[in-house]
Amino acid sequence: MNKESNLYTFLFAIIMVLVVGTVLAVTSEVLQPRKKQNAADKKMIDILSAIGVDATRNNAKEKYTEYIYDASIIDYKGNLIEGSAFDIDVLFQYRDKTLLPEDKKYPMFKARKNNSEYTIIPMVGSGLWGPVWGFLALEKDYNTVYGAVFDHEKETPGLGAEINTDFFEVPFKGKKIRNSLGQFVSIEVKKGGADKGSKHQVDGITGGTITSDGVAAMLENTLEIYNNYFSRINFSLNDTIIQSLNNNIE
Amino acid sequence: MKSFFTKQHQKLIADPMGDQNPITIQVLGICSALAITTQLENALVMTLAVIFVMTSASSIISLLRNHIPNRIRIIVQLLVVASLVALVDQILKAFLPDASEQLSVFIGLIITNCIIMGRLEAFAMGNKLWESFLDALGNAFGYGWILVAVAFVRELFGSGKLMGYEIPGFTYLYDLGYMNNNLMILPPMALVVVGLIIWMQRSKNNDLIEEN
Repeated sequence: MNKESNLYTFLFAIIMVLVVGTVLAVTSEVLQPRKKQNAADKKMIDILSAIGVDATRNNAKEKYTEYIYDASIIDYKGNLIEGSAFDIDVLFQYRDKTLLPEDKKYPMFKARKNNSEYTIIPMVGSGLWGPVWGFLALEKDYNTVYGAVFDHEKETPGLGAEINTDFFEVPFKGKKIRNSLGQFVSIEVKKGGADKGSKHQVDGITGGTITSDGVAAMLENTLEIYNNYFSRINFSLNDTIIQSLNNNIE
Repeated sequence: MKSFFTKQHQKLIADPMGDQNPITIQVLGICSALAITTQLENALVMTLAVIFVMTSASSIISLLRNHIPNRIRIIVQLLVVASLVALVDQILKAFLPDASEQLSVFIGLIITNCIIMGRLEAFAMGNKLWESFLDALGNAFGYGWILVAVAFVRELFGSGKLMGYEIPGFTYLYDLGYMNNNLMILPPMALVVVGLIIWMQRSKNNDLIEEN
């Protein structure tokens, strides 16, 4: 057949594409379970890092089952809903601009470490160049921060990218998301440094203001929703306390 | 056996490592050399990926060279390179997830690495399988050793580590007031380090210096 004819050219192209397409499709299918497992391991490592547990890809699953004893999903208003919390991809939900906050699902993970219980919340928001995300662990009072980890896709190295370092993350420990009156105030990432003794502020990053603001906005937007759930739980906690007090009086 | 690895064959490998180096002499594939050389490990993974893609692509194109219709030859080359890169990306995601995360888009960008397309069009389209394979291997190594050298310097002076491990002697240096140079982590320093290699290379071989 004439190598330069149109028919030959078309046939060659069609055969090439079929061969290549088949090879790639088969590889992708074969490797799918491994890729899924890797993504799941990574998520477990991230969740555990919020309560200060270092896991590696080798022992992620083991440690996850050791520390995380429950996972649940809430809706926008703070009602518990059915479903598998671990399988919810908050970053994916965040990127889907057609999803309203009301339509999204909000997972949370309950951890037990040294006989204390913590609630771990995944967060996602926008930095300067791309998404930022993180996990926040709250103590049993659903108010005090036990630990926080952040990460980003492509923030500026040395500036905004510093949100995933200890110097930014550690000060979150001990901060409170509600004020003394029980009102939700979130945690502010303050430019120029947090006020001394403030329970609701941490230092922002010099030169990384937009990333810092992005983290603050992410905290506020996310915690506001979870707070709907927390305040409900706290009320019922208070009720039981009052009830037991009453019982004692009787 | 003699005809299997002649002087000419040696030259195919040796030239791109030195006086025909794709990065320092031909200034191809610079973008990835700047972007992924902050850590030695990434540079090594990238080098392995490029070696695999280049040798396979050159071999495949060389085998097909008498059958590829001239009018769509660039598209065919691109198709072969792109699918090999997609393959590498899948394999990394499955078996080296951390490296894959670090290298992220740069694996995909191997497709646009000028060295690969350049060698396919200039060499593999007109030469036999064995020669094309050696030529690709030489160029991939030529690209790789620069990458590794730059990454070595940048990780050592930028983070005080190699392959992600702390250097034991550095703790004494820190006590003496030595500090890691954060500038090393930023892209401009990759350019400077590549520039230094070019300088060394040209001062050793004056033939490489252009007259103007």
